[in-house]
Amino acid sequence: MFDAPKVILGIILFVAVATFPIWFNGASGKVDNVPNLVYPDSTVYGNQCVLDAAYMKHSHMDLLNQWRDDVVRRGERIYEAPDGRRYVMSLQNTCMGCHTEKAKFCDQCHDYLGVKPYCWQCHIEPQGSF
Amino acid sequence: MSFERREFLKLAGISTLLGLAGKGSVQALAQKVPEVPPYERPLTAKRWAMVIDLRRWTEQDSRDCIRACNEMHNVPQFDNPKDEVKWIWMEDFEHSFPSQENHFLSAEYHHKQVPLLCNHCDNPPCTRVCPTQATWRREQDGIVMMDWHRCIGCRYCIAACPYGSRSFNWRDPRPHIQGGDPNRLNREFPTRERGVVEKCTFCEERLSQGRPPACVEACRSGAMAFGDLEDPNSEVRHLLHENYSIRRKPGLGTQPEVYYLV
Repeated sequence: MFDAPKVILGIILFVAVATFPIWFNGASGKVDNVPNLVYPDSTVYGNQCVLDAAYMKHSHMDLLNQWRDDVVRRGERIYEAPDGRRYVMSLQNTCMGCHTEKAKFCDQCHDYLGVKPYCWQCHIEPQGSF
Repeated sequence: MSFERREFLKLAGISTLLGLAGKGSVQALAQKVPEVPPYERPLTAKRWAMVIDLRRWTEQDSRDCIRACNEMHNVPQFDNPKDEVKWIWMEDFEHSFPSQENHFLSAEYHHKQVPLLCNHCDNPPCTRVCPTQATWRREQDGIVMMDWHRCIGCRYCIAACPYGSRSFNWRDPRPHIQGGDPNRLNREFPTRERGVVEKCTFCEERLSQGRPPACVEACRSGAMAFGDLEDPNSEVRHLLHENYSIRRKPGLGTQPEVYYLV
């Protein structure tokens, strides 16, 4: 093989650059900075979300889209959860009425995963609890 | 004295509870998760319409109604008229009703200021041109609705509306709402973002809670009436039956649902 040292050096350099995000984030400790959600201490609904936490974790965006379509396009405002509880469908008022600290709840996972939902460009985030 | 022992004990009890609960009570009050019951009694109609009596309309009404609407819906105020965003606004009679601009119009109407808003037309041209169906006429009550999630900012609807009822957010509206003071935003209603068209929605968010539109509620002279045009016993039908009314640019065939009594 001609120029073996150069080729091997090139391969090593390529791998190093291509995997830069992985080892850089590992070295800087960013990977260990996992989401730390602060759940609301809410007495309003007895510390219970609209649907169970497991569903909300992976599919809250589906529920929000469904609420958006029901409210805006169908003019329906009341959501009845499977357990019979009824809620006014509103991200800004109902969801954020309990989850009063966006930075300690929404942003935790969204930032970690690099997701940038544009809810907050219009919907007003709460000013935070006291 | 009307302040009886029973009342005093009630008040004392509540004060003590609040005092004991301390921070907790403040937090509970701060959390405003909306209650369901008001939404179970919405105001409904087959075709919403508004009747504005220009004979009774006062300058105080102009200020009250516009302020109420702007505060309710977080409508931004821009210094540059090219950036203007308006839901309800005032205009001269001659510009409001171009076809009624007779020679020697009565002095009262020559410089009359007329409140204008979206006419919620029966045959709205704006909805026909919207490529994303971000605006449409609700079949159930005739309100020309907007879905700000879906608006792509093409501004076809602005070109199509013959009444200037639609405004485009050329700039980020947030710093221009209530002087850019976040504490003065209406936190129960969203703002819009740059690149989105907005307009009056006949306060459908209030109707769904059984409340009349904000401008109607704010109008102290009672010059604004709001009701169901399909209901022969409604206030708007009585007013239209008993008075001569005009509408803006009726010749265009849009069938506006805001009537003016002159």
